[in-house]
Amino acid sequence: MDLYAENILDHYRHPRHKKPATRHPPFDSVHSRQPETIVHTEANLSCGDEISISLNIKDDRITEIFWDGTGCAISQAAMSMLSEELHGKTMTEIEALTPQNIYDSLGVPIGPRRAKCALLGLLTLKNTLRTHKGVDHVSWARLIALHNH
Amino acid sequence: MMDIDMPLDIAFIRRQFPFLRASPPPVYLDSAAMAQVPDAVLNAMTQWEHSSRANVHRGMHARAEESTIAYEAARSTVQQFLNAKHSDEIVFTKSCTEAINLVARSWGETHLQENDAIVLSMLEHHSNIVPWMQLKDRKGIDVLWMDIDENGMPRMEDLEKHLKTGRVKIVSVTALSNVLGVTPDLQKIIALAHEAGALVLLDAAQAIAHMPLDVQKLDCDFLAFSGHKLYGPTGIGVLYGKRKLLETMPPFLGGGMMIREVHTEGFTPADLPAKFEAGTPPIAEAVGLGTAMEWLVAGCRLQVANSSHASSNQQRRTGILWDDIQPHEQSLLQHATCSLQQISGLHILGPTPDSQLLTHGCVSFTLDSVHPHDLTEILGRRSIALRAGHHCCMPLHKRLGIPASTRLSVGVYTTKEEIDACVQAIVEARKKLNT
Repeated sequence: MDLYAENILDHYRHPRHKKPATRHPPFDSVHSRQPETIVHTEANLSCGDEISISLNIKDDRITEIFWDGTGCAISQAAMSMLSEELHGKTMTEIEALTPQNIYDSLGVPIGPRRAKCALLGLLTLKNTLRTHKGVDHVSWARLIALHNH
Repeated sequence: MMDIDMPLDIAFIRRQFPFLRASPPPVYLDSAAMAQVPDAVLNAMTQWEHSSRANVHRGMHARAEESTIAYEAARSTVQQFLNAKHSDEIVFTKSCTEAINLVARSWGETHLQENDAIVLSMLEHHSNIVPWMQLKDRKGIDVLWMDIDENGMPRMEDLEKHLKTGRVKIVSVTALSNVLGVTPDLQKIIALAHEAGALVLLDAAQAIAHMPLDVQKLDCDFLAFSGHKLYGPTGIGVLYGKRKLLETMPPFLGGGMMIREVHTEGFTPADLPAKFEAGTPPIAEAVGLGTAMEWLVAGCRLQVANSSHASSNQQRRTGILWDDIQPHEQSLLQHATCSLQQISGLHILGPTPDSQLLTHGCVSFTLDSVHPHDLTEILGRRSIALRAGHHCCMPLHKRLGIPASTRLSVGVYTTKEEIDACVQAIVEARKKLNT
């Protein structure tokens, strides 16, 4: 099966929820109570891929997501697909996401060579929320070892 | 006798490589990471396993003697390949990396004091950076850098400036960049360093397969390389060091073979080169490396099978073999550079076109809006092998302002048709990713 399937290339060419970091809205102006905005960046040093996520959180739920990044088609498409699933999710639900969820969204076989490409967005997302909570970041080794229950 | 004015018979050479005999043949443009191995090398290693397998310098039985003779013959072949003065100036290691670590640990620990300095260039591979960084942390020495100019050449004025401090004890530079394909002015670096009382180590991991390296003519103090980029096996490397320097250096690793005497209170080290070859060495691999050198000197051009222990070609002066290999590889790189430049948005790293600088071994590039990993993944699915990433040169990539690049590298068996197939595939891959 072609790794560069049409749905992946579509997300790569037309990424959803992607905006340059400076244009992230500082808060949700519709609501009177200002939600918190958290920004976090992770990089894959071995290939230079980088993803920044900006989340607005209100009442423990994600109300807004923007991301920015550079990298290969797999890392960017995986982040774009992930971003479509996040609205209204709680922090507990994000913590429960596993690598398999990402592979299922991509729908193509991801070998060990490309696992870190596929999972950079998920790592960034989990650590954005962990930054918010003030708990230790999840490492690559821990993330890759996570399995569905 | 072969006629050295004859161009290489590439089809004949390719038939000697099992990897290239696959059908359909792969387009292998990653020899800078790992060169393929000819039958002659594999046969010599198999022959050693079948009939001479025994430990070296230990034991009186016939096989032990045969094995020792084969191992030491390989050392002599390496000595002749580098034109080293003495065979005990050749130390077998497991890799080029280990050879550099040997110098950093053994020579560096003994001869460097706090506030001494060493000089590296921005072109260096991590294996010629990290051992010195470890030393920096342990000994409190400074690591000074030679920046590169617009052609990717290390700046001589930086070297001169550093040497003027009077603190520099060693200059450790690559003899050929594994990313840009440029060769620093080695003669000048060595002359300047020696004038200032500093030693020079050449990282010849890439250079060894693409140009003559005469250690006496160069007058370098150390030179390191590994077998797998020279059409030889993995797991074998070489450190060349001037005898008078190696003699002043303590053993690197401790164990069997590196000792003269061990008693309950201590030990005395063996003479060169055994002092630096603790433990059972990579014997089959040494035999393979020696054979790879013999093959490159003569065997790759002979239309008859070469004996694994052929010594008739050992009298050839170094340099002869390059008269046909270098023009072949130069024409390949020129063809690759010209073809790649036709692709809009493709940027070749390294010397500017009007610099007149020759490059060797490889050409690296970036392609607008296409990540090197996507490009090489798509090419790889068509059996076209290129390397992508930072090529173990993160400081160089940071200096160039790019996270990663794609590298096309050539070897003695590479053809223009392979490069054409690669260029065509790059155009198609970009169309696939960006349309």
